[in-house]
Amino acid sequence: MGRSYNTIAFDAAKCDGCGDCMTACATVKTGSTDKSRSRIQIVGDESDGFELALCRQCGDPKCVTVCPAAALTKNFDSGVIEWNASKCVDCLLCTVGCAYAGIALDEGVGHVAKCDMCYASPDGAPACVPACPHDALTYITTSRIYNEVGDWEDLFAPGLAGCQGCNTELLMRHTLRRVGPETVLATPPGCVPGMGSVGFNGTTGTKVPVFHPLLTNTAAMLAGIKRQYKRVGREVNALAIAGDGGASDVGFQSLSGAAERNEQILFMVVDNEGYMNTGMQRSSCTPYGAWTSTTPIGKGSGGMPSQGKTQDAKNLPLIMVNHRCEYVATASTAYMQDLYDKLDKAIQASKRGFAYLHVYSPCTTGWRFPTDQNMEVARKAVETNFVMLWEYNPKDGLEFTRPVDDPLPVTEYLKAMGRFRHLSPDQISHIQGKVVENLAFVKQMAHRQSA
Amino acid sequence: MEQTKYLVVGSSHAALEAVTAIRMHDATGSLTLLTRDPHLPYSPTVLPYVVSGRSAPEGIFLRDEKFFADNHVALKRGTALKALHADRNAAELADGSEIAYEKILLATGASPAIPPIPGIDTVSYHVLRTLDDATKLNAAIKQSKQAVVMGAGLVGMHAAENLVKAGAKVTIVEMAKQLTDGYFDAVAASLIEKAFTDNGATILTGSRVVKLAPSAVGATLTLENGTTLEADLLLVATGVKPNMEYLAGSPVEHDRGILVSDTMQTSVANVWSAGDCAQAKGFFTDGKVMNAILPDATEQGRIAGMAMAGDPGLKHYPGGVPLNAYHFFGRHAISVGSSKVPDGAEVVTRFDENSGRYLKAIFKDGCLLGIYGVNEFFDGGVMCQLILRRVDLSAVKDRFVANPLAVGRELMSKLWR
Ligand SMILES: Cc1cc2nc3c(=O)[nH]c(=O)nc-3n(C[C@H](O)[C@H](O)[C@H](O)COP(=O)(O)OP(=O)(O)OC[C@H]3O[C@@H](n4cnc5c(N)ncnc54)[C@H](O)[C@@H]3O)c2cc1C
Repeated sequence: MGRSYNTIAFDAAKCDGCGDCMTACATVKTGSTDKSRSRIQIVGDESDGFELALCRQCGDPKCVTVCPAAALTKNFDSGVIEWNASKCVDCLLCTVGCAYAGIALDEGVGHVAKCDMCYASPDGAPACVPACPHDALTYITTSRIYNEVGDWEDLFAPGLAGCQGCNTELLMRHTLRRVGPETVLATPPGCVPGMGSVGFNGTTGTKVPVFHPLLTNTAAMLAGIKRQYKRVGREVNALAIAGDGGASDVGFQSLSGAAERNEQILFMVVDNEGYMNTGMQRSSCTPYGAWTSTTPIGKGSGGMPSQGKTQDAKNLPLIMVNHRCEYVATASTAYMQDLYDKLDKAIQASKRGFAYLHVYSPCTTGWRFPTDQNMEVARKAVETNFVMLWEYNPKDGLEFTRPVDDPLPVTEYLKAMGRFRHLSPDQISHIQGKVVENLAFVKQMAHRQSA
Repeated sequence: MEQTKYLVVGSSHAALEAVTAIRMHDATGSLTLLTRDPHLPYSPTVLPYVVSGRSAPEGIFLRDEKFFADNHVALKRGTALKALHADRNAAELADGSEIAYEKILLATGASPAIPPIPGIDTVSYHVLRTLDDATKLNAAIKQSKQAVVMGAGLVGMHAAENLVKAGAKVTIVEMAKQLTDGYFDAVAASLIEKAFTDNGATILTGSRVVKLAPSAVGATLTLENGTTLEADLLLVATGVKPNMEYLAGSPVEHDRGILVSDTMQTSVANVWSAGDCAQAKGFFTDGKVMNAILPDATEQGRIAGMAMAGDPGLKHYPGGVPLNAYHFFGRHAISVGSSKVPDGAEVVTRFDENSGRYLKAIFKDGCLLGIYGVNEFFDGGVMCQLILRRVDLSAVKDRFVANPLAVGRELMSKLWR
């Protein structure tokens, strides 16, 4: 499997061209504050916006191929293209090869210079990033996850029958890789079995034992299986991957019962806010105003036009907090690092008692957005505070893991998909009001718990 | 008979890029790399620095044995291709053995062209193309008191500089009116010339050697105007000729080089060619040109490899754009694009005597055709893209000429993400 690497990301919208990143780079790399000697170059101006000239650490680097002296090499561990001063002959051919101005002459010393992401520095992180006062630069380190996960065994079949653009395959594969082969998996009716977890033609879609309980009894059956394994002295992870319908509606009684009994299982809910697998019916997790096939848009009846769901969503993860489970958290596939930290904690907690992980999962098909937008929609949900990422355990209480201090208006989220297209201004202000109310509510809980 | 799916002949830039491109698409098809050079792959471009002693010969190799093993490439060194039997898909080697191939790449590069001057075969002289040439020249330079370099192209100039630095009295003889003809214009050439004369070299441009004869120190050269020069070290750097003798009697069409299409295919099925031995489309001309430079060898090699492996990502060759970067006595000169000024083109120059900074840009219909700088750094790769993409620079021309580095980067950041 190919490696993935850390990277420096640039958000042009946040850059005001102050040049602090260049000063920081020049300082650590050349000992001077001469910005022209910085490896990162901010170009452009106020009117047209600022942009970046910086080595992209290409996977297939031109500079390396045109170097006659073997002075440039791609380090496949760090991803950095390294420059070897003792081999370089100053011919400048690399600068002719690079189309991105990523390697250029440092006239101060007469040699070429390029960004090495400061990977050899004591903290291994680039100096320019913390120097940016506007957070326009971020150092993205999630590659570690992908490399680690890539080294673990994939416990799902190679082909899955998901809708195009669905993030659930990512979730299933990552979760199973992490939980590992010593696992019994329960996948009640929903998208996850629909995608193939329970298999086709008499073989399962997983390399671990998997079963297909009813919507109503998932937690009960899984708890029983876990207890039987314990009785025979075998340590296994009992994992459920269920949909929001199966968890918050008919499955709720057995879920709540298992949580109350503090059964040692990990219950993951993939919340796509409806019964998407069976034709996009509303569930109790469907948000107010959303179109589903059972909350349609149209004339309605009795003079009451139908404008999507008329009730607010049930906040299932908060209800689970009130079971005082060993661990409860919300997560999003747009924030994999956060999700991974929580998965690790949930696995640990499930060895002591009930662990509950609620993952918000945008549905390409049911929510009506382009198939390449899944992560973006998931991210917007968090950036607007439409959903909040937090975690709870009985000792530390509830804490935000990615607080959003400066949220975007909820319309940024709503307009990203078709299921909210019909909303009236009143409906939008209802939703925005709920976002504020929910935030205040969770904040209060966070405050109360920690006090 | 030995068989291979891909046979790549040559082990320099074009060949190595082709190997990478083939392996990108076909991880397992049998691949054999054949080179007449006894060493691991290296670049001719680095050789001037082996001559000067700056680069240790053991540090210049572009790939090691492990690379070939890891990529399942059978490397045959010190084995030349003698004849191509394209009719039966077979390559005949110098030792008489044959290899049957499904697809072959001819990336055999070029060798020094030796001018037919009377007496040249009676004297001993150096050339510079292979690592063995370089180690010989490195040893000879240390002994030299009075050296003559024939040819003021980049090879000759690089060697001359090293001879000067080694303490020899150096004379450069060049037929053309200026040195580095074809790479740089007269103003740039005079700046380069001045750097050499300031450092004690003698430069005789517009001079032709008409006779060579052995002498007590080494060789006597007679020039067209009757003067003579004594040389204890003679370097012939008067140009290169493609290596394609193995095509004798083969139907593969060749002219000054091996003629190739925009996917580097020759006129014959299953035969491709790339690099210094290939004659491919030029970016500025309709006809096919020799563009014997390193960046183009890699570009052509990659295209050939992709075409041979059937990679659907293949993009056609846009045509060769001259690109050169030249470092001399701590200064540098960069040239990108056409040096010719076609009808209706506009030439903008600026020159600062004090700093020795010189810039020249050629535009036509608002688009950049070529840009040259001496002591004026700009990103050659960005300039090349501006040329290839035919970006209209009318609106920013003055700013561009004033600061090609900053304005080039600005354009880049907007145009290619
Ligand atoms: C001294 C010097 C300085 C240079 N400086 C520059 C520079 O500054 N910038 C620039 O762009 N370019 C420069 N060049 C040119 C550049 O090196 C070439 O353009 C480039 O090396 C071409 O690569 P290639 O793969 O086509 O061929 P080559 O590098 O010529 O390699 C040809 C390969 O084919 C092998 N071969 C040849 N014949 C046979 C045969 N019959 N059988 C088997 N194998 C064979 C050779 O052993 C060699 O491995 C310079 C060249 C020299 C000599």
